Amino acid sequence: MRPISYSRVADVGTAVGTVTADPASAFLAGGTTQVDLLRIYVEQPRRLVDINDLPLRDIEELPNRGLRIGALARMNEVAEHPSVIDRSPLVSQALLLGASPQLRNMASIGGNLLQRTRCTYFRDVSTACNKRTPGTGCAAMDGVNRGHAVLGTSDQCIATHPSDLAVALVALDADVIAEGQRGRRSIPVHEFFLPPEDTPDIEHPLDHGELIVDVEVPPAPDGSTSLYLKVRDRESYEFALASVAVALRVEGGMVVEVRLALGGVATVPWRARRAERMLTGQPATTENFAAAAREELAPAVARGMNGFKIELACRTIVRALETVAPDGAR
Amino acid sequence: MQVTVTVNGEEYTRDVDTRLLLVHFLRDHLGLTGTHWGCDTSNCGVCTVWLDGVPVKSCTVLAVMADGHAVRTVEGLERNGTLDPVQEGFVQCHGLQCGFCTPGMMLTARWLLDHNPDPSEEQIREAISGQSCRCTGYENIVRSVRWAAEHSTVEATK
Repeated sequence: MRPISYSRVADVGTAVGTVTADPASAFLAGGTTQVDLLRIYVEQPRRLVDINDLPLRDIEELPNRGLRIGALARMNEVAEHPSVIDRSPLVSQALLLGASPQLRNMASIGGNLLQRTRCTYFRDVSTACNKRTPGTGCAAMDGVNRGHAVLGTSDQCIATHPSDLAVALVALDADVIAEGQRGRRSIPVHEFFLPPEDTPDIEHPLDHGELIVDVEVPPAPDGSTSLYLKVRDRESYEFALASVAVALRVEGGMVVEVRLALGGVATVPWRARRAERMLTGQPATTENFAAAAREELAPAVARGMNGFKIELACRTIVRALETVAPDGAR
Repeated sequence: MQVTVTVNGEEYTRDVDTRLLLVHFLRDHLGLTGTHWGCDTSNCGVCTVWLDGVPVKSCTVLAVMADGHAVRTVEGLERNGTLDPVQEGFVQCHGLQCGFCTPGMMLTARWLLDHNPDPSEEQIREAISGQSCRCTGYENIVRSVRWAAEHSTVEATK
């Protein structure tokens, strides 16, 4: 790790002002990803501004039956909070299926959204990576890319977005609340995660020094049943090969409303809008679930080792929908 | 930078480099070598200690982040010469072979039992899932934690 200066801040204004004023500085929250990246020289700020003392750890119930979750609340605190279990079980499930208890005790909600990809080439400074060092190429394209994305990729980058929480938030149309020099703003979560396109190094719309302060999570659609289903190489402490966040409302055998988002297969937490459109108003049958899944994965691009994810994602979508459909599905 | 950290109930003040990891602060600056240093990438979990009452991986915490906070290490499990039931369980059920993962395993087990005094095998396996053991195949570790649950003579400790 390079020599680094460290300070603590007690209020949001000072935190934002301090980091905004110094391009070589960075916020430090739980540090579970960041300290690793500092150590392997992937991130090299000269100054860390520790924001753990900021009063951003509360979890509040909103009048719309939604939740406001402080950006510094720890993953475990949020997952086990009675209001979250009651109002947003999808968020609780997604959090508990991520990382391990020791990491969830430290990792913050804001940090979870801003965590960097686990692409091994991104984390190895001796290899080409357009996300880490723009213009150097992408070693993953023809490399060991079994874990890489099949949706939302570009010829610059195929790194998978690692967060489970973000997949649930995308399904629920959450908002990311950020504060910067220009004041406070609300960013719809589907606009927060930027696909790589020609600038894979730019992952979100935040300015340098702009700080996530809260996440607002609306309730799942009335009458819906939700589930976060994660498929991976081992049952715990592993990233998704494919995951699905679903909220489904069926009446009289017909899909009235469906929210569907995918993790583990895309460069961003992936809202499956093609599948949603295809299913809405149709009978809730396994056949229709499978057709919608194929429709969603139609634009998928496989490279080398990750082609299996296309079929896996389809099957995971079908299983998730069958699980939440009343009486399974026909 | 000067930091003051309460470790196992005792305050320690030391001058440290801001880059120093908590695991090295405990081992090299305080001489508490019960906390082990393993993968250095927050994967293996052998460096697990409690920070403000919850298990965390001390290779992913800067020592300066712990300034003003409370840490508990494996040296703080025993009370007045009496082993914690978790430690006793590892003895009784052969929960260790090389011993490298043991301090972290026991600290996570203590935390689990404080919150869930009668955990199922599945809950124990989930709790220790962030920690690798290359000797035991985990069977005897799970048995050791169950032993501690069944022999919980001492009160849950903080």
